[in-house]
Amino acid sequence: MIQIAGLILILIGLYGLITKRNIIKMIIALNVLEIGLNLFIVSVGYVQDGIAPILTEVNNSSGLIFVDPLPQALVLTAIVIGMGTTALSLAFARKIYATHQTFDLNEMGVEE
Amino acid sequence: MVINETLYTIMTAAVSIMLIILGILALESKKLISSVIYLSAMSLFAVLGFVLMKAPDVAITEAVIGSGLVTALFIFTLIGVTKLDKKDNQKAGDTK
Amino acid sequence: MKRIVSILLVVVLGYFVYTSLYVDGFDMAVSDNRQTSISDAYITKSVTSENESVTYMESTDLENGSANIVTAIVTDYRSFDTLGEVTVLFLASIGVSMVLAGFTKKYQFKMKTNRILKTGARLVVGLALVLGVYMFTHGHLSPGGGFPGGSIIGASILMMYLSEENFRARMASFKWMESLAGTVYVLIGIIGLFVATYFLENFLPTGTVGALVSAGIIPIVYILIGLKVGSEVSGIIDQFLTEEVAS
Repeated sequence: MIQIAGLILILIGLYGLITKRNIIKMIIALNVLEIGLNLFIVSVGYVQDGIAPILTEVNNSSGLIFVDPLPQALVLTAIVIGMGTTALSLAFARKIYATHQTFDLNEMGVEE
Repeated sequence: MVINETLYTIMTAAVSIMLIILGILALESKKLISSVIYLSAMSLFAVLGFVLMKAPDVAITEAVIGSGLVTALFIFTLIGVTKLDKKDNQKAGDTK
Repeated sequence: MKRIVSILLVVVLGYFVYTSLYVDGFDMAVSDNRQTSISDAYITKSVTSENESVTYMESTDLENGSANIVTAIVTDYRSFDTLGEVTVLFLASIGVSMVLAGFTKKYQFKMKTNRILKTGARLVVGLALVLGVYMFTHGHLSPGGGFPGGSIIGASILMMYLSEENFRARMASFKWMESLAGTVYVLIGIIGLFVATYFLENFLPTGTVGALVSAGIIPIVYILIGLKVGSEVSGIIDQFLTEEVAS
């Protein structure tokens, strides 16, 4: 069920990227898309009644049914990279505001 | 640890519905600051979703970064912009 | 009008994705044939060697001694990929400081701090730093690891910035730590290339699964990643909180 929610979040993010004309709103739409994509990738590896892929004193043998660890390893790094790109785009947004005094793309091209 | 089957289904359904509602709210709310806060809340529900899908590493990372640091960066951008506005207004007042 | 057209576009795209994923009985959510898939080799630690099963605190000298399998993938099987990701984060941090530079910099970000924030931060900051260090030293045993541990260190630096009015982290030492960690990471890879066969190979003995000193180079690499991510996140926060002052 979370898989379908992730797909719908991806579509919501795309819709926001198409329609919004405010830079901060566009970055927020990108973040929504990213969270949906991460949820989708992790949900692909979910196994029914699986346990978390860590050997502990309770789950001490590899014969048990574990969840697929590979999508989790991919998403773990993707989240950190997403934070880096968000910081870079916010820095650009701040620079744009310093030169144009607005976040709105429609009002931007009009110079006095 | 065995979680009851129906309880698990109810929790996944609630988390999915809250994720979609908060995603729409984050894009459609009028004020930018409330939109940022909705994004942070949505990130928290994504943490719940990762925990339900048995991914504790990803859940910890998302809890620190998604709902902590990214929200802080958005809010600092908005605060810096309002400060920039104030400075410009002061300059305009000085020249007048 | 534009709104309706875009909703229509998104709905059509969603319909195509839905049909390609879920019709024809292709249910991706539950995979039945896990025993034949490649991920089972990661769990039983038999990617390059034959191995039947792994038992906690008993199996010794496997090809990879990490109890946390996600850590095993991130820092051993896909370690070259992780090196690339850390480089992307480094480039993002450099980009933030290049975009936000331009004027002479001076610390001017003043938020009104109150007594509750100050006292609470004094209590929490030390605990958060210790938690971050714990998280990346125990990355091969418990959930967590270098990426969330480094981010927790960055978050505690952020807390210090918010609670103290004239606090300024010494960014030069963070830069030193970051470049040192990156260099040592690449050096470990080159040592693996010369001592063993390929870049970033696990050349130390792996020990018992579940012991604190085990898993070869995995704890070393994760500590380096934690230090690097922590200093990069702190650098980004410092850039965002330092305001441009046209002097």
